[in-house]
Formats: sequence, structure tokens, C-alpha cells
Amino acid sequence: MKSRILLLFAIFLFTHGCSSSSGTWGWYVIDPSTKAGWINIKFLIGGFYATIALSLIAAVLSILLGLLVAMPGISDNKFLRAINRIYVEFVRAIPLLPMLFWVFYGLPVIFKSMGLNIQIDAFWGAIITLAISDSAFTAEIFRAGIQSIARGQTEAAQTIGLNYFQTMRYVILPQALRRILPPLANQFIYIVKMSAFASVIGMQELTRRANEIVVTEYRPLEIYTLLIFEYLILVIIISFGVRWLERKLGSNESAGG
Amino acid sequence: MINDVNSIPAVTMTNVSKSFGDFKALNDINLTVMNGEKVVVCGPSGSGKSTLVRCINGLESHENGSINVIGEEVTPRIKQNALFRSKIGMVFQQFNLFPHLTVMQNLILGPMKTLGMNKKDALKRAEALLERVQIPEQSEKKPSQLSGGQQQRVAIARALCMEPKIMLFDEPTSALDPEMISEVLDVIIDLANEGITMIVVTHEMGFAKKAADRMIFMDGGKIVEQNDPENFFNNPKTDRCKTFLDQILQH
Repeated sequence: MKSRILLLFAIFLFTHGCSSSSGTWGWYVIDPSTKAGWINIKFLIGGFYATIALSLIAAVLSILLGLLVAMPGISDNKFLRAINRIYVEFVRAIPLLPMLFWVFYGLPVIFKSMGLNIQIDAFWGAIITLAISDSAFTAEIFRAGIQSIARGQTEAAQTIGLNYFQTMRYVILPQALRRILPPLANQFIYIVKMSAFASVIGMQELTRRANEIVVTEYRPLEIYTLLIFEYLILVIIISFGVRWLERKLGSNESAGG
Repeated sequence: MINDVNSIPAVTMTNVSKSFGDFKALNDINLTVMNGEKVVVCGPSGSGKSTLVRCINGLESHENGSINVIGEEVTPRIKQNALFRSKIGMVFQQFNLFPHLTVMQNLILGPMKTLGMNKKDALKRAEALLERVQIPEQSEKKPSQLSGGQQQRVAIARALCMEPKIMLFDEPTSALDPEMISEVLDVIIDLANEGITMIVVTHEMGFAKKAADRMIFMDGGKIVEQNDPENFFNNPKTDRCKTFLDQILQH
């Protein structure tokens, strides 16, 4: 971690140092010591709320949905497995941006044709899109994790009378979760970054706010640089949280028989 | 040593067959195991021994014939019945303890979730069983911190926690280092002396001589020979069984 902070600091010094000598940088747009700069910074950083809220809710929904989709995928029943395959293949083939447009502009039309007056605002439109789009990947991670648990675990659970759900809840999922924590964290980071697409439907998250300041200040380099660091901070925090969780759950312990 | 054997059958298999693809794992098996009887099953690998015990508790489903266990016909439906399954304890070659749970949690999971016991009673029962398999001091450890012999004894205690009517052992000592085999076999012999019905798949012939009421020799998915231990070891009737016994007893 120390090395990462140092790296950040070095990059900041480098870019900051450039401003005075070459004149190509104009950090004044976000200089907290000036009133205008401070207002800009507050506006930009204010996007954290929406980005974090979007990502967190979408990630939780994606995990629940992914688990739900993974379950038929590990079934002995061909029909259930087919449902899983179709969902995964179909959903993961859709690029995020078209899907976002479809949900935000298209879904309300479908609701309307069904006689329902359901409006989807940018916030929930983005969450639904992120959650569904990511759930196909989460489902595959869950499926792989569950299938990686030795068959003997299920058999042992059966011989002490546990039913399917108890076996999943107490025996298989706790072990699978430890193994899939790293790829799940990857997906969470992916969601945080993909939440930037919410800017195109008007969601006032980090990227949208950066765009708005760029339009008024004509300083894309500085503002997008700051934007990148905003995402970097979020991702580093997630990385740390996950490492902590891994240690707590003992994910790095190899699981025996 | 021959124990008193009750006259009520615990397990009845009638014309049972089972295939894996083209491979016939069980070929027309007929077998009755009486209440309280201790049966040791041996035979070369691939002879169907494991499949036999796994069909009894429904881990494998048989294709033809019928299996009756403690008065219940083994059907896909009864296999879903938690209480039925908990009456048939099973000990696996690979222990199959739950690695994310402590020894104590491994033991009380079944009693609490399947039998609906409260935690206090479950802990009490589990402690008594850990005492019985002689590892009361390991209850808070994870399985990976135990030796193979200890793990297998925990697995036996876990099965006994459900107070089963029948215990199935599928090569319980085959995955153990030689010096740990006897500690596990001692526990199984103790159990045998208490009168529970047991079917043990094993190649430990010393154990078989001590604990078995009846020996069964399987080959090619069939029961080739069965007899009381004395006659089984001293006068094997079939050449196939004789060859097998010569091979494993010469060491």
C-alpha cells in the first residue's frame, strides 16, 4: 500500500510540476485555494455519492441475480441447465451501452404498452443495466466456484440428512465463496468503472460531473486526470476491503478434502 | 467372534443391478443384512464394493431390483427424506469433513439442522462422541489441523451424531498413513461391539477377522462368495476368492 501511495504522490508531483514550467497544464481549475477551483472540486467530488451508490446497489443485485442464475446451471436437469446457458450467453453478448439505452429509453415503452406507468430514472436505469449485464459473469463465477467444491462434500452433507438448500447454505456456498472472492472483487471493480456509462443518460456521477466542468472550463486534461484518480481511489479501497475479507475468511488457506 | 444377530433384516437387496455406461458395477445382487450384523465386503478394485454401499444409502441410484433399508424401500423420493438418510451413517475413504467448520461445528450441523436439536443438546451429544473416539481436546480445531487418523475419527463421530441405525464404511482406512490405521480400526471395532449394524468395505483382513459376522467377496459386480470369517479365510470355495486372499494376505 505504501508503495501505491508513493506512486500516486509521484504522479501528482509530476503533473503538478509540469504546470508551472510548460504552461500546458492549468491546475487552477481545480485549485482548492481559489474560490472557483474549490467550487469545481466540490462539484466533481460530489459525484462520488452517485458512483458509489450505483456500484454498490448494482453489485449486490448482480451477486443475488448471479447466484439465482448459477443454481439452475449446476442442476442435473437439462432444461434448467439450458435456462442458465441461454441467460448467460445472451446477456453477456450485449454491450453495456446499447443495453443501457434499451433499458432507459426502451423499457418504459414496453411498460407503457402493457398499460403500466413505470418511469425509469437515470439512477435505476443504470443500476438495472449494470446488475443484469454483470450478473451473467457473476453467475459463471458462482457456477465455477460451486463446481470446484469436491463431490464428497455434497455426499457427506446428504448422509447427515441435509436437504439441497441446507447443503448449499451451510456446506457448499461458504466454501465456494472463499474461492470466488477474488474474481467477484474483479467484477465489483468492473462495475465501478462501467458505472461511468451512466453519465450518458444524465446520471450525475463522477464522469458526468467531469464532463460538465470540462464543457464550461475547457480544461479536459486536468479534469479527466482528476477523474482517473477518483476511480483509482475507489478501486484501491475495494482492493483493500477484499484483501481484508479474504484474510478474515481464510480464502488463502487451501481447503482440504 | 460371532455376535448375536437379530432376526430382523436391516438391509435387503433383491436382484439389484447398476451400470455406469457400459460398465456393469452391480450385477444382480441379492443380499440380506440382519439387524446388528457386521458385514465386511472385500474384493478387487472395480468389483462394485463401493457402489454396493452407496446404493444402500442412495448416493447412487440402482437401476433394477429393489433395496429395502430399515423397512423403507429406497426410492428417489425416500432419498429426499432427511430423517431416512440420517438413519444410515456413512464414513468415506476421503473423510469428507467440512473444511470451513471446526470439528465441533462438523458434528452439530446434522443434529441441529436435520434433527432439529437445540445447540446445547447437540453440543452435549457431540462432546460425548468426541470422547468416545478419543479426541475430545480437538473440538475447536479445523479438520486441516488434524492428522488423517483424527479426521477419520471425527468423521465417524459426525456420522454417529445422527444416531444412525446402520453404519456404512467405504474403505475407511485406505487414505490413511499406515501408523494411523489401527487408531481408526479400534474405534470401529468398539462400535461393532456395541451392536450397531455395520457394512464395512475394507481390505484390512485382521480387522475383518476380529469384527465381522460375515465376509462377502465381490468380483465383477457380483457377490462371488460369502461365509463366516473362519471358513472364509480358511476354506475359500472359489478360485477367484482364493487368489484374492492369497494376494492380500501374503504381506
